Amino acid sequence: MLAPFETSFADALLNADQPIPCGITAHNAAVPTRRFAVYRNNVVVGLTKALKHRFPAVERIVGEEFFAAMARIFVLERPPRSPLLASYGDEFAAFICTFEPARELPYLADVARLEAARTFSYHAADAVPIDASRLAALDPCDAAGIRIKPHPSIGIIRSPYPIVTIWAMNSGERELAPIESWRGEDALVARPYLEVEVRALPPGGAAFLLALAGDRPLGEAAEAALADDPDFDLAGNLAGLIGSGLVQDVVFPEPKSCQQP
Amino acid sequence: MSVVSSLPASTGVGFKPAHFRDILAAPQPLGFFEVHAENYMGAGGPPHTQLGALRERYALSVHGVGLSIGSMRPLDRNHLMRLKTLCERYMPESFSEHLAWSSHSDVYLNDLLPLPYTQQTLARVAEHIDEVQTALGRQMLLENPSTYIRFSESTIPEVDFLAELSKRSGCGLLLDINNVFVSAKNHGTQPLAYLDSFPFDRVKEIHLGGHDEEVDDVGAPLLIDTHGSPIAGGVWTLYAHVIARTGALPTLIEWDNDVPDWPTLLAEAVVAQNILCDASRASAA
Repeated sequence: MLAPFETSFADALLNADQPIPCGITAHNAAVPTRRFAVYRNNVVVGLTKALKHRFPAVERIVGEEFFAAMARIFVLERPPRSPLLASYGDEFAAFICTFEPARELPYLADVARLEAARTFSYHAADAVPIDASRLAALDPCDAAGIRIKPHPSIGIIRSPYPIVTIWAMNSGERELAPIESWRGEDALVARPYLEVEVRALPPGGAAFLLALAGDRPLGEAAEAALADDPDFDLAGNLAGLIGSGLVQDVVFPEPKSCQQP
Repeated sequence: MSVVSSLPASTGVGFKPAHFRDILAAPQPLGFFEVHAENYMGAGGPPHTQLGALRERYALSVHGVGLSIGSMRPLDRNHLMRLKTLCERYMPESFSEHLAWSSHSDVYLNDLLPLPYTQQTLARVAEHIDEVQTALGRQMLLENPSTYIRFSESTIPEVDFLAELSKRSGCGLLLDINNVFVSAKNHGTQPLAYLDSFPFDRVKEIHLGGHDEEVDDVGAPLLIDTHGSPIAGGVWTLYAHVIARTGALPTLIEWDNDVPDWPTLLAEAVVAQNILCDASRASAA
């Protein structure tokens, strides 16, 4: 069955230039433009609010007015495809990259990616982190073959800008101050328990975690991390992950004895 | 349709995560909490931890805002399955949705939009309600909308439309008295006339919320259903009128925007509870 009232209604909602659809009326006005504007306003304001809620640091950086104007364009160009608004704005960072007025803030899109990852992490599946003792019994000969499964809430954002510092200063985590060393930071976003945590990864840490998340064995992940940054510290990274509750499981390879020379 | 809607005939509050600690800190004088279904469709995290804790302590109403039952297009089966998963996980005493549409051609418009009331739309919405009740294995409640415009093609009064839907599908009705007040004011009609023809025997829950006032095309007051302020005096009067007729019914306070602190919200629920108690005493006397 066709739905003529819905099609014309929806088109007019998203295009403020269009006249209101035929057949829409009110007891005191034949063409109730202001009444129809309530619906137009609800759509744009409601979705803009969803973006504000998800990207508060982006809003703090650009200011309320700029954010509202940018969000409005995004909302009208890319309205949500799902009633699950927690995931609305997954494409916001990509949109910011192409948004000409934001060009002077090249790090803005990466801050948006970080904030999008925070929502993802907040709603991700729960998992009980493993106990450090699970690895204590590991035979050093098997170490390279184990697979370390990172927590399902993990998100990794690599950036040529100090995005963790910028995010922290625009989310109330740190005082606003000039950034002394302007260099790239890789962000780790995770929720091992109930709080979403954001931190900067150590050298090679992002490549290491991405390899582990890609189900590669520990030895290969360490190689990938060293190739990414020669300062990669395997023991420090492993201790950091386990100590922060960011390892969901460890899969040991089939036992085999050490090769004798 | 195996599970019938069964909230306790007392007051409840729409749950906001900001109130979680206050709510858990002491037993609250409330019969139930209501949540928006779409906020609990993620895999895990604090939303489920909180909802699980509430569920252990109180009766629960799951209230959908995104199923688009009033659309003439097919229901989103994926969304219906998400609702089924949620209902199976938490076994709420009630599931409700709106006489409205909110999605079109895969675009989610994030508003409860109105539909014309005709024999054709009636048949279609009744099919949708059937589909929901069959999929969920439970009775659903359908809420009357607040509206700002009318369709010239409408031929059926809203109350008759709701009554007929309930009769055909067996769904219960969720009577939102603020919506009755807002719509009547906006369309120049009498809220009491609307309520006096409402099929009270089908009502399983009542909603009360706040509204704002703007002006329409001719400068007349236009009420906006914002759920962002205290319940208006006129709405309380209508509520007392309804409860005097129906006896105690599960009654929810909705406050979704500019959410106040917990004591302020709870105070609204206490006002409703007093009206419920007065009605119970009157009927016992």
